[in-house]
Amino acid sequence: MADDAERARRAIDAVWRIESPRLIAGLARMTRDVGRAEDLAQDALVAALERWPRDGVPDNPGAWLMATAKRRAIDQFRRAANLERKQEELAFDVGLAMALQGDIVAASVEDEIGDGLLALIFTCCHPVLGPQARIALTLRMLGGLRTDEIARAFLTSEATVQQRVVRAKRTLAESGVGFAIPEGDELAPRLASVLEVVYLIFNEGYAATAGDDWLRPDLCFDALRLARILASLEPREPEVHGLLSLLELQASRLRARTAAGGAPILLLDQDRARWDRLLVTRGLASLDTALGLPAPAGPYTLQAAIAACHARARTAAETDWVKIAALYEALARIAPSPVLEVNRAVAVGFAFGPLSGLRVIDAVIAADVLKDYHLVLSVRGDLLCKLGRYPEAHADFTRAAGMTRNARERELMLERAAAARWGGGGASPS
Amino acid sequence: MRFMMFIKVEPGDENFEPTEADVAPMMRYNEELTQAGVLLALDGLQPPSKGATITFGADGKADVVDGPFAEAKEVVGGYWIIQTKSKEEAVEWATRVPAEPGTKIELRQIFEMSDFPAELQDAAGELSATPPEQTSDL
Repeated sequence: MADDAERARRAIDAVWRIESPRLIAGLARMTRDVGRAEDLAQDALVAALERWPRDGVPDNPGAWLMATAKRRAIDQFRRAANLERKQEELAFDVGLAMALQGDIVAASVEDEIGDGLLALIFTCCHPVLGPQARIALTLRMLGGLRTDEIARAFLTSEATVQQRVVRAKRTLAESGVGFAIPEGDELAPRLASVLEVVYLIFNEGYAATAGDDWLRPDLCFDALRLARILASLEPREPEVHGLLSLLELQASRLRARTAAGGAPILLLDQDRARWDRLLVTRGLASLDTALGLPAPAGPYTLQAAIAACHARARTAAETDWVKIAALYEALARIAPSPVLEVNRAVAVGFAFGPLSGLRVIDAVIAADVLKDYHLVLSVRGDLLCKLGRYPEAHADFTRAAGMTRNARERELMLERAAAARWGGGGASPS
Repeated sequence: MRFMMFIKVEPGDENFEPTEADVAPMMRYNEELTQAGVLLALDGLQPPSKGATITFGADGKADVVDGPFAEAKEVVGGYWIIQTKSKEEAVEWATRVPAEPGTKIELRQIFEMSDFPAELQDAAGELSATPPEQTSDL
């Protein structure tokens, strides 16, 4: 029956999504090789696809997959042992076989599963890999996504992703990074790499929410899932909760940030009734957790704190701009960037008046770093309008219009330029 | 997609106080949901004796009856809200609830804004002008 087969396939998909990270992590603990672990897990999946539609899904599908993968590993070992082998390889495989045949009950202890998953995340996000490879491996091994799903989400071909994964596995094996949770001085940079990967995945989805393909916005939820997993596995790291908070709060606005036609709606113009309350609540709770841990707030936590100021304001007018300006200043101290200064200028303008904002934005212009960034001039134009300096505002908007390649944005800039010429301002905060 | 899982149990002893051993499997299950990144919210519910039923009659008037409800065959004991990729994944999680014989899990998909046509979305946005609840103050 085609229907039954389809139903079984979907059930296997679901089991795979739940079990594969733990399965791969468990196998990697034994083989110390993530690539090999994933191959074994995939083999077990193929076996499931053959057997389950016929025999039904077993009572404990995770254990079934694990037993099948291990049997397969032992077979491989036996076959390999018959060939002439280097002494050390043999020794390794003997150890592997013993681990596989030995008492594996230990591996089912909750803490060890958690440790295995955490080691898997750190390995998939290892800095020996490029960002694209890290993203592909993480989505595949921890997100349970298939290669074709990753390809569609990143608007690339399946072959490209496949190749990326194969190369990444080889790199991991050849560079001998092992399979472990980093400790001591190594932890901070490795954790930063993990958080970056999760954030990149989220942004890929966030930038694409107007797209036709649901797989792209769905990336936001894949990233959120990863961040939630990470927060449960590494609860003592404030930036993990900071990132989770930031993602929950940004995701809470997903359905409010585009108009029916797909045009973006700026934060201050959004209908706040459409913000997702459950995600807001979760985001604020994660921020509390991050701030409650004994460490100075890192960049993700500070960004989350800014997002929280918006989330707490019942209307745009109620926004606590003084606090936001202070948070931007704190952020600029630990992670300075010109784009950040532009945002800070907006916040300072709202908090302390347009003249103060203008001082910040003029410092950005004087530093001569964001010359081709139309937003600098657009923000400046807004501030000038509020000061009643319309001819200067008109000039800034006109120059901004000339800088952007986006037709919609150019139109908007020209509209504002025209409004400024007539002294109307017409400035909506960005 | 999001799902709500209701756990329904047979009405039992109102003063039942679970021991640590009773709740351990459930805590392990909740931990598993958390570790898989699918759990959004969960709550246990107090017995019906502490609640009430409000029935709207033919005239639209509300009739309030305090619990417990002798005729009830099953009682909602709690709920989870989970986020999964598919209904099958949600079903798979539901089958893993450590439950006593006779327990029922009702799995319901939550409406997302995108499930509605655009016009209705706009109307809904205007209707629910209430702002997000404030749950924490910093």
